[in-house]
Amino acid sequence: MKRRLRDVPWAVVMLLPSVVLIAVWTVYPLVKAVQNGHLRCDVTGTKCVDAGWGRYWDVFISAEFQHSLGVSLKLMALTVPAGLVLGVGLAVLADKHLRGIGVFRTIFSSTVATSVAVASLVWFVLLQPQIGVFADLFSGWFPVLKNPGLLNDPGTALLAVAFSSIWANLGFTFIIVTAALQSVPRDLYESAYVDGAGNVRRFTNVTLPMIAPTLLFVTVVLTTRALQTYGEIALLTSGGPNPEKSTTTIPYLIYGRNSIISGDLGTKSAAAVLLFVLSLALALVQFRGLDKRVHYGR
Amino acid sequence: MAADTVRGARKFGRYTLLVVLAIIVLFPIYAVVLQALKTGPDSLDHPRSLLPVDLTLSTIKAAWTQGNLGRLLMNSLFVSVMVTLGVVLTSLLAAYAFAFLQFPLKGPIFVLFLATMLVPAEVTVVINERTADALGWVNSYQGLIVPSLASTFGIFLVRQVFLQLPGELREAAALDGVGHVRFLWEVAAPLSRPTLGALGLFTFLGTWNAYLWPSQVIRGDRAHETVQVGLERLKNNDISKINLVTGGLVVAALPIFIMLVLFQRQLVRGLTAGAVKG
Repeated sequence: MKRRLRDVPWAVVMLLPSVVLIAVWTVYPLVKAVQNGHLRCDVTGTKCVDAGWGRYWDVFISAEFQHSLGVSLKLMALTVPAGLVLGVGLAVLADKHLRGIGVFRTIFSSTVATSVAVASLVWFVLLQPQIGVFADLFSGWFPVLKNPGLLNDPGTALLAVAFSSIWANLGFTFIIVTAALQSVPRDLYESAYVDGAGNVRRFTNVTLPMIAPTLLFVTVVLTTRALQTYGEIALLTSGGPNPEKSTTTIPYLIYGRNSIISGDLGTKSAAAVLLFVLSLALALVQFRGLDKRVHYGR
Repeated sequence: MAADTVRGARKFGRYTLLVVLAIIVLFPIYAVVLQALKTGPDSLDHPRSLLPVDLTLSTIKAAWTQGNLGRLLMNSLFVSVMVTLGVVLTSLLAAYAFAFLQFPLKGPIFVLFLATMLVPAEVTVVINERTADALGWVNSYQGLIVPSLASTFGIFLVRQVFLQLPGELREAAALDGVGHVRFLWEVAAPLSRPTLGALGLFTFLGTWNAYLWPSQVIRGDRAHETVQVGLERLKNNDISKINLVTGGLVVAALPIFIMLVLFQRQLVRGLTAGAVKG
């Protein structure tokens, strides 16, 4: 047998499990969702007709989707910059050789272990107007904590969701940025020091450019996570308060138990595909826009 | 002398700031644990102070029995262990093919694999729910486990390590008549143990913590529910029993916090593998 082809049977055997699983549970559903997105269904969701690619536009401009798009983008604006600044701040602060710094690193990393469900329920308990500790501590300054409660006020519910997300993602950002900081060559700091650069100058002229690729990665991940927020909504607000539906993100519009499109396969598929395209487009824009300013060393 | 004082003051300032921030980050966890330990299960009772005094286990015990938490934890453990073993195995096999075997179109096939990493669960769950329905896998362990058994990230990670192993290793083994399976099992896999450990830990945590798919494929079946989905039931039971949620949270989060402390290094390695270029 030819040398090039001798390995083929082994390659087939070894790739087969992954190929089958990924084909059935990732590729097929993607293709099928794109197809189903063409369907326009009646109220019962059983009778559907093929409405072609135009159906995507109809779903995109529909009131429900536009509303959820707004909620998702607002959530992104509330969580991504704040989460990035806090995570980087903590990492820079803990990036010093001090006694006991390991303890602080463990504490700042700790929220990486909390799941979406655990983090959301923690905040659900803390934000309860009657028995939550935040209402007890701070309702003097922020009466909304007690009446009607941060999660129950249409104006503040999304902010409460954002608190929970930022806190839950803090450990992840901290770990990644800490690792990046540790890979910055120490002699760069020393030569900057010799050149008379102060703390601030060293941060803006050495640290930031060196960790920029990592910051780009974290920004993309945090953006994607914000757009894919589902569990937090299901557990904290169920998409409400209603009738404003102040926290119905796109994923909650698709998967929420009480969502108005929950029985409509066509619209659900179209919304899911639109969400995918939106995440991809945003990630691409971030890579394109930031990549030029990012310094890849070596 | 003066320089020493300034340095000392700076150090003190930095420690103070670190302690304050640590308290803020830990506060939500502390407050919930305290609420679980200080109050009875059946009341709108809540701690009047933030000091850890007058503690009781009654809420946690009540949450354990009423929430069926023992069963939920076992379900989560079983599902997470199976997925972890499966992902490590499928990743080893596929990574081996990409790293050590010659076959036509290897590059394009690998790129296709990588491309599937871009597809988020939020898109596929709509259809996967129906696939699970058609297979009769709703409310079952298969439904929870099988869709997660292959990981493009895992394949990519293990392939990177395999490519770093010296090429002579495989050539020497081939000359000695060592076949692919034995080489994978006795040479390549043991040499990649740190990465496999990180992948395993990462997969375990991801599966344990997953919410969207378990919440869709398990529809009210208490026998198969994972702990992440089952916790919700404590919340929805009865608003006057909200303290039960705190008890449930403590039970659900404890195993993972212990794992974090034990395996912090591996976790960091897994998390940073994709982020920081080497």
